[in-house]
Formats: sequence, C-alpha cells, structure tokens
Amino acid sequence: MMRQFPANPDLTVEEFELNMGPQHPSTHGVLRLVLTMDGERVVRCKPVVGYLHRSIEKMAENRTYTQVIPVTDRLDYCTSMTSNYVYVMAVEDLADITAPPRAQYIRVIMSELNRIASHLLWYGTFALEVGATTPFIYGFRDREKVLDLFESTCGARLLYNYLRIGGVSRDLPEDFSERMLAFLDEWEPLIREYEDLLDENPIFYNRTRKVGFLSPEKALAYGVSGPNLRASGMARDVRREHPYAVYPELEFDIPVRTEGDVFARYRIRMEELRQSARILRQCAEKLPKGPYLEPQPLRMVLPEGETYVHLESPRGDIGCYLVSQGKDKPYRCKFRTPSFCHIEVFQHLVRDCLIPDIMAICASFDVVLPETDR
Amino acid sequence: MSPDEFLPILQARFPEVEFRLDPLNPQALKMSASGVPEVFSWLRDAPEAAMEYLEFSTAVDHPPDCLCMVYYLYSYTHRHRLALKVDLPRQAPTVPTLSHLWENADWNEREIYDLFGVFFSGHPDLRRLMMPEDWEGHPLRKDYSHPNLTPRPD
Repeated sequence: MMRQFPANPDLTVEEFELNMGPQHPSTHGVLRLVLTMDGERVVRCKPVVGYLHRSIEKMAENRTYTQVIPVTDRLDYCTSMTSNYVYVMAVEDLADITAPPRAQYIRVIMSELNRIASHLLWYGTFALEVGATTPFIYGFRDREKVLDLFESTCGARLLYNYLRIGGVSRDLPEDFSERMLAFLDEWEPLIREYEDLLDENPIFYNRTRKVGFLSPEKALAYGVSGPNLRASGMARDVRREHPYAVYPELEFDIPVRTEGDVFARYRIRMEELRQSARILRQCAEKLPKGPYLEPQPLRMVLPEGETYVHLESPRGDIGCYLVSQGKDKPYRCKFRTPSFCHIEVFQHLVRDCLIPDIMAICASFDVVLPETDR
Repeated sequence: MSPDEFLPILQARFPEVEFRLDPLNPQALKMSASGVPEVFSWLRDAPEAAMEYLEFSTAVDHPPDCLCMVYYLYSYTHRHRLALKVDLPRQAPTVPTLSHLWENADWNEREIYDLFGVFFSGHPDLRRLMMPEDWEGHPLRKDYSHPNLTPRPD
C-alpha cells in the first residue's frame, strides 16, 4: 500500500515483504517467517512451517508398537524422555498395563531431569537471542551434567529410547541417586546465578518487559499450554490437573505470573527449575525397590480401541491420540504438540513489533520446530 | 461431565443432529456432520459445558468410504473433556470450519486439509501446511502411494 511520507510530501512509502529464515540463527531449527513491514514495524507475519516434516505419524502406522518408541525420540530432540513417555502412556492405557512403582518413579525422575536439561538449553539460547552471550555458556555447562546422568542410565545423551511399554529399558545405575543428589546440591545454588546474570540487567529488562503480551483469553483460544500459559496468569499444569504416574505423591508448586510478557515467561521457567529440583529430591528419597519393567512381547497386539493421553512436557501439554484396530501396529497415532500452537499464536503477537522483538518473542515461547512439523 | 451425561443434553438441544456413544472410545460421542459448527459453538459458550480449549482436531481414514474427523475439547473451568467424531464421505469430505470459534483450529484444519484432503468450508486461508504447495495427494490417507514409500519388511 502506497502512501505519502508525512515529513516530506514528495516521498511515498510502501509496505515491503521481508523473508526471515528458513535458515536464520534465531528461529531454532528451520522456520521461515514472511514479514510484511512498514518501515521498521511488522504489519503481518506469516510463519511457514513444514521444513522438518518427517511424517512421524505415517511412520508410526508402519511400525510395531515397540518400534515406534525410537521414532518418538525425534519428535522433540530437547526432551525425548517426555515424548517417549506420552506414547508409552497411550499404549499402556489401551493395553491396560500398569508399570511397576519403581518404573513410575524412574519415569518421573527422567521427565524432571529432562525438564531441567530443556530449560537450561532454552535459557542459554533465549539469552543469546536478546544479546547476552554468557548465559549460553552457563546453561550449556550445567546441561552437560544432566546429560551425563542420562548417558550413565541409558547410554544416550540426546535421543534416549529409554522408556518401554510396561516400564523402562534398564534399571538405574547403582550410584544414580547419589550422583543425582550431588548434582542437585551443586547446581541448585547456581539458579540464583543465572538470574543474577539477567534479572537486573537494564538492557535485558527493557527488551523483555511489556514485549509480546499474551492475554489469558487469547492463550486459551490458541491452545497455548505449559509455562507460556502460566506466564499469562493461568495456573494450569497437567501434573496437577490430571496427575499421572506418581505426581500425586509429590509436593511441588506451580509457578504463575500475570504479566504475560517475555519477562514473565522467562521467570516462570527459572522457578520451574527449582520445582523440578524439589521433585527430584523427593523421588530420590521415595524411590522404591523392585522390578523396573513388566516385560511385554516384542510384537504386542493391542485390543481394538482409542485413547487420548497427555502429560506436561517442558514446553507444555503434549498428547498422543492412539487408535488401535486389534493389530500389532497402530492404526493412527496423532501427536498433539505444544509448539504447534505456540507458533500459531506467536504470529499474532509480533504485529507492530520491531524486528529484534520478533526474536525475543519467538525465543520466549520455547518453540522447537521438529515438534511442530512432526 | 462425561460423554454419557452430555448425550441427553445435546440430544434435547439439537434434535435434528444425530448423537450416539462411541463403543471404542469412552471419551467420545459420534455425531452427524449437520451439527458442525452449531454444536461446537454451543459447547464453547454454554456455561455447563464451557469448552474453551480445543486440544486438537485430526482425522482418521477408514477406507473404502469413511473419513472420520475427531475433535478433542477440554474445559479448564469444569476439568472435563469431550471428543466429538464426525464421519464424512471419503470421496469428497467437506465440513464447516471451526476457526472462528477456536483460533488454533486454523492450523489444525490446514494440516488436516494437507494430509487427509478434507475441505473446510469457510476457512480463511486453506493452504497446505506441512507439504510443499505443489505436492500431489494426501499422505496420511491409507491408500496413499509414493515411489519412495515402501512397506517395511517384517
């Protein structure tokens, strides 16, 4: 749209289109944003996704129930444990299997450790997006220690393939609890250090306060979940709403903030780190002895039926809708992923923002593209 | 409320729409396509239902002649969930859009259009979401074939 430039009537101004991505350092994976700009301001933003579409749902239809587990690892490489978990939970629900108590605790330990690893990765990259380099080093330094714990448990550092239908693939190493507690003792005081790096930094503060405001009504209409929803003033957490595994036996708080801006989303995640540590300490104390797996046939056949289960991943409400027709392979396996909703709402938040704000907003939602595209 | 509690309320409210319980899915009700989008609009706004959250919508292909739309609704107010399943003819599946009720229905429906070939009437921007724009066919249909797609050996 052409119009006159107010300061000089001889000049005209018009909107122009700007392509951001698909290969852009701040889009965490491969996300393309088609921006319509009026000078420095964003008029419209159209995200283009699908660059990482690996047809995970189609692949699942072609594999036996056990063979699907490693595929779910690839759903979200930052938190494979919870992706494993939601799928295994759906199969167990249909087959009416209950994992032994020790396995339930191990699963919760793994989910919470993965939440810490994922939030630390987010903390580092988010700070990079708003121009701070040091937090990245801090976040990755401590994430390594969590990955070491994973490596000693299941041999993998990123794509774990650890959970099994009916339990977990192997028991925790003998000294796991001690090592985990030693890590927590050493690491928990460092959360304060992370916050000191950013909280009172005036540049960070100005770039994140009152930027990317998301109202609770909008958040619900867009299906936003997890820390992003809690930053908009809604105390919603699947671990509380529909407790699964051993969460009812554990004490923890749901941090909530009402500002709904980038800063609030950052603060929520910092608080969640503390709550995860609290859960892990309780788990280490309560971890029962006993079997860690109720072995199932490799080629298991599920009764005819459908189910939908969901749980709280570090990014939000991840769900699995599983349809069985009484065969050894899923008939349909749909994953409801939180990032899919978060990208959609993000395009509406960047209107009238500056380009550097896009990066701050995009990063604050903790969007992971493989999860969006599946 | 559970689906069997919703059933009489919905039947009384929408006599022209067919509802029945789904024996395979304890969370779901089956309904005829004529109830879209009025039933959804009521479920979202009625205080006793208050389904302010569309968890996801998807489709399941049942060849040779049925394609089933699945909507999962959730109410944070009452903490209840209801799934609605709508059978569509597989040859020309068309159903009204819900994108004016829940904003995230927009992309969900684009994905279903892309991967299943369901046409959503009234959708503001019905384009492929995952596949390239010039892609042929709808990959999540059961009879989809592609030279690179071979069955997994047992």
